[in-house]
Amino acid sequence: MNEAVAALPELLRAHIVLSGAAIAIAILVGLPLALWAAGHKRARVPLLALVGLVQTIPALALLALFYPLLLLTGAALHLALPALGFLPALIALALYALLPIVRNGVAAREGLDRGVLEAADGVGMTRRQRLWLVELPLGAPVLLAGIRTAAVWTIGAATLATTVGQPSLGNLIFSGLQTENWIRVLVGCAAAAGLALVVDGLLALIETGLARRSPWRVRTGLGLLAAGLALALIQPGRGPAPTIVIGAKNFSEQYILAAGLADRLHAAGYRTELREDLGSAVAYRAVAAGDIDVYVDYSGTLWTNVLGRTDNPPAPRLRAELAEALAKRDGVRLLGTLGFENAYALAMRRSRAQALGLSSIADLARAAPRLHLASDIEFLSRPEWRSVRDAYGLNFAGTRSYSPTFMYRAIADGSADVLSAFSSDGRIAAFDLVTLSDPKHALPSYEAVLLVSPRRAHDERFLAALRPLIGAIPIERMRQANLMVDRDSDKKSPEEAARWLLE
Amino acid sequence: METPPLLRLQGLTKRHGAHAALDGLSLDVAAGTFVALVGPSGSGKTTLLKTINRLVEPDEGMVMLGGEDVRALPPSALRRRIGYVFQEIGLFPHMDVAENIAIGLRLTGVRPQERRARAAELLERVALPADFGGRMPSALSGGQAQRVGVARALAPKPALMLMDEPFGALDPVTRDELGRAYRALHDRLGLTTIMVTHDMSEALLLADRVVVLIGGRIRADAPPAALMRDGLDPEVRALIDVPRRQAERLAALERGT
Repeated sequence: MNEAVAALPELLRAHIVLSGAAIAIAILVGLPLALWAAGHKRARVPLLALVGLVQTIPALALLALFYPLLLLTGAALHLALPALGFLPALIALALYALLPIVRNGVAAREGLDRGVLEAADGVGMTRRQRLWLVELPLGAPVLLAGIRTAAVWTIGAATLATTVGQPSLGNLIFSGLQTENWIRVLVGCAAAAGLALVVDGLLALIETGLARRSPWRVRTGLGLLAAGLALALIQPGRGPAPTIVIGAKNFSEQYILAAGLADRLHAAGYRTELREDLGSAVAYRAVAAGDIDVYVDYSGTLWTNVLGRTDNPPAPRLRAELAEALAKRDGVRLLGTLGFENAYALAMRRSRAQALGLSSIADLARAAPRLHLASDIEFLSRPEWRSVRDAYGLNFAGTRSYSPTFMYRAIADGSADVLSAFSSDGRIAAFDLVTLSDPKHALPSYEAVLLVSPRRAHDERFLAALRPLIGAIPIERMRQANLMVDRDSDKKSPEEAARWLLE
Repeated sequence: METPPLLRLQGLTKRHGAHAALDGLSLDVAAGTFVALVGPSGSGKTTLLKTINRLVEPDEGMVMLGGEDVRALPPSALRRRIGYVFQEIGLFPHMDVAENIAIGLRLTGVRPQERRARAAELLERVALPADFGGRMPSALSGGQAQRVGVARALAPKPALMLMDEPFGALDPVTRDELGRAYRALHDRLGLTTIMVTHDMSEALLLADRVVVLIGGRIRADAPPAALMRDGLDPEVRALIDVPRRQAERLAALERGT
């Protein structure tokens, strides 16, 4: 609870600045657009269809789309556009907020009494005077209703900005979901909902103030909104120390390692910022583009997804070739492996493996016809499974797919003998399992490797701060740390687990 | 040299597709005259009125106000010199009565204090109590609202008043009362008024000059008495016969015959 609440002010601040800016842009673009569309009947239908279309794209996808879009735009214009963080989140959210504002703007203009408009012309108002003295005040309730809708949507959707590396209240929600830390999720949700309610309430106050010609209501509402934004905009003073941006994908191990990196860098005198919950594809491109400075990825993932390779060399050669290719192509530095793998592995209960005398997959192949395999849902359709099955001639008595939780249950109650595991999963330790060795190297290697952005690739002070991590994390300790965060009782935060891991 | 008329319309034509709302129409109006524009629906009365303050732009012809082409000014500046009253009234619902009356002054940057004084003066002119200034339009009856509409049109002291069926939506008693009250104001303030109406008796009883419009052309143009005596055009005759016969029947009823 305490650590979630401690993170709250900074995340709330970032959330307010982001959603406030997005709504402001949507208003500044949307209102003139609506006014223009109200006067151009032919343009109205396609315009409303277009902003409506934007709305049908799931917010998460819209945010993700801006990452490659900004990269391409930046490359085409030779501009250093930040493709990660504030800018893509801002653009996506502003686009998202456009629909209710434009639609209500058009409706507000259409709903105006014709007689009143004729009178406005008749008394000699210029177009500008008619807009400010008649159209806006009379359309205000409908306009404001649109702005209220946009505000509530945007504040909610801004939690998704976390996925493109922009800190928001979503950081609490996403990391909480991954580590099953429901208090974090709850704090994040409550804060976002509370913020939306407060903003909606203040806008409602302005709305009734306009309707009842009550200036104090309008002033109070506007004043409090402005004060909130101003407060959020005041940045806490930044020290002279350079700020390092640390990336993390969206699961416990990544949170723990990112927290560990942050600890090391703090000790070396750096300030750090965290970009959590990055998609797998986003994370590598972000480090290549310099949007993040350092993060942990897995050699097999980079090998297949980034280099597009399908062959399967032994781990040391894979790592060496990978390091060379990434450095040459993107200037990204592969600093080294942390000392453990997070790969697909076949695991068994220790007692059962000992009873059957099995220590490698080659041993397993002999016993397999009497054994049952429990796998996660995708394992049996993945190339890793085909590779290991064909290499060793595995032929189980039966195979069944489970969701991960039930897969471990099945092995615990004896309804399965072998399971497909991630080698650094904390449950391997918790259930007292052993992973079987792979003498033929049929399963690709997924070594955890530190990647450093081109900007920091030759920064010796920075690299020196990270080098002690190379080879420093044995698989058993990583499993234990993962378990501390994932287990149901005596749960630790990723920060606590990181401190334990690297102590 | 003869002084030019206050208003001169010359060869006005306005087409809506194949239909001509105005068909080469010309008309001079001298200052101080109360002109009633009468005619059946679709005869072009309202179109004619709106070409004067440029709510409608004619396809051909021109409008001269005070010897100057109305297109010489931006429409907003022109309209501030012309009072405009119409059937829907169009009071601004978010402004109180005083603000509505003084809107024309606000547009030209008159100070609030002066505006309030002028609004109070106009409320009195249209025979509304002074405390109406603070009411909202929604709290007014139809007759009261149109009195405010007239006051709003008069506020910038226009030389010309354009009225489009101004009392058409009111009940007969209020309508008669407002019509006569406005005629009195017209005389007292020395206004020039062009009023569109489809009610011939209203036209005959209020105006100095009745212009009958049929199919976008002027079919009769005479003082009421002359029109009653010798409206020769059969269609004009038919329009005048309606109130005349009504009056005769009413008189007969009264006599008991």
